[in-house]
Amino acid sequence: MSAKLRVEGVSKVFAAKRQPVTALEDTSFSAAEGEFVTILGPSGCGKSTLLRIIAGLEEPSSGSIWIGDRPVNEPGADRGMVFQSYTLFPWLSVLDNIGFGLRLKGSSRPERDRIARHYLEKIGLAEFARAYPSELSGGMKQRVAIARALANDPEVLLMDEPFGALDAQTRMLMQELLLQVWEESHKTVLFVTHDVEEAIFMADRVYVMTARPGRLKAEINVPLPRPRTYEMKSEPVFAQLKKTLMDLIRQESWRALNAI
Amino acid sequence: MSMQISRPARRSGGFRKLWRPKEKIPQALAVVLGSSAFALVLLAWSVLTYGGFVPPLFLPSPTEVIVSGYRAFTQFGLWNDIAASVYRVSAGWFLAALLGVPLGILMGSLRVVAAFIEPLIGFIRYMPASAFIPLLILWVGIDDSEKIAVIFIGTFFQLVIMIADVAKNVPKDLLESSYTLGARPGQVLWRILLPASLPGIVDTLRITLGWAWTYLVVAELVAAASGLGHMIMDAQRYLRTANIIVGIVIIGLLGMVLDLFFKMLHRGLFPWMSREGKG
Repeated sequence: MSAKLRVEGVSKVFAAKRQPVTALEDTSFSAAEGEFVTILGPSGCGKSTLLRIIAGLEEPSSGSIWIGDRPVNEPGADRGMVFQSYTLFPWLSVLDNIGFGLRLKGSSRPERDRIARHYLEKIGLAEFARAYPSELSGGMKQRVAIARALANDPEVLLMDEPFGALDAQTRMLMQELLLQVWEESHKTVLFVTHDVEEAIFMADRVYVMTARPGRLKAEINVPLPRPRTYEMKSEPVFAQLKKTLMDLIRQESWRALNAI
Repeated sequence: MSMQISRPARRSGGFRKLWRPKEKIPQALAVVLGSSAFALVLLAWSVLTYGGFVPPLFLPSPTEVIVSGYRAFTQFGLWNDIAASVYRVSAGWFLAALLGVPLGILMGSLRVVAAFIEPLIGFIRYMPASAFIPLLILWVGIDDSEKIAVIFIGTFFQLVIMIADVAKNVPKDLLESSYTLGARPGQVLWRILLPASLPGIVDTLRITLGWAWTYLVVAELVAAASGLGHMIMDAQRYLRTANIIVGIVIIGLLGMVLDLFFKMLHRGLFPWMSREGKG
């Protein structure tokens, strides 16, 4: 399979008061068309920085990002993003939030409402079409944010700990829901998380990142079949993967803890 | 095995609850409290005047003020004064808003604009508008445009700074997520910054309109033949104390009505804000 997303030698150094801080060290990897890749790392390891660079929201200090055979260096509709914080536009209804990207492209109201309703159906919030974001719970907001990103039909979907602010139960349901929606389109997804189970459950492939300065430390394939079900979390393969990743991430978490 | 069952905590008394910071109070109580403040002032005023503690030259009684007010409307054309003042305040404030809102939004969202214009505005806004009156008389004369200019100067610079702050406070997250949905900088300005700032803009307009009124009397100090400010100054000259109070009360009433109008506008325009019960 050809690489849909390629990250080549990307690094990021932030200018700081006393001395420059290296957030990300020389990082290269790729994701194939239709692949679900997760990046697992301790907090503050620069995984969000990596995602923001791919989205074009941050400039890399070196290296380049490729979508297919096209280099990218600024934000664009080809790379949709779901943030950890709630970023729905509060003055727009749920339906208009989902249709926002389509509106920017100049599609007509019936057209974008039709697409928005399709995704609203998928995320199970059809009856909230006319609600405002302030009326939704955290889990609902993130579902709408996912729908908003998908309705724009990006080539790559970037997800920056989208369920990080949700409670454990909601979080598990959201993982299943995201996979259900994903099964339909099989978009290339890059999903950043610090949660080991989440990283395994969602992914075809997991990259483990080191503590700051961030660097890819290991690459692990997840041989679980698709579609995934939550029962798989109790299978021996899952437990084995979890053990391996726990060991890897624990060392890094300790390093991160002691570095501060 | 014994188990202790703790009694549910007694509900704290209604009165004590009122003194808890940020605690909500019943709407009816709010109305009663608000009206009683007015009533208290009226009561104190009545005691002082009807009781003969203060000579009428310093403080006329409520009755005298009402009579004067009535006469001002029926015999001295107070309506014309009100109309003249409303016109001047609205014109000065409207011009300030017309120029200040776009400039403020640009200043709050584009660093180049802020770097260019913020120091200058920060410098001018501390200059008292009244100090410009002699200059303005030289420049634009003594007719209505001079009064409008005073109100404009008093309002514009503050307004720009406040609008810039509103635009500056739009969360960067919203801008970034719109970029990842394909927005170009122009679209971000129009589709994100403007709607996100709108509630703050309406609030700022409400506050600055109040300030515009406070410049009215200063503006009408010089060479005015009409207006509430002129009427107050005139009353002072002839020691018609009751008329001074009539003028002041009318300015207060006009301000209150406008304030109410803006609050209703805010509620009507931004239904997406109120539902959570917080600003």
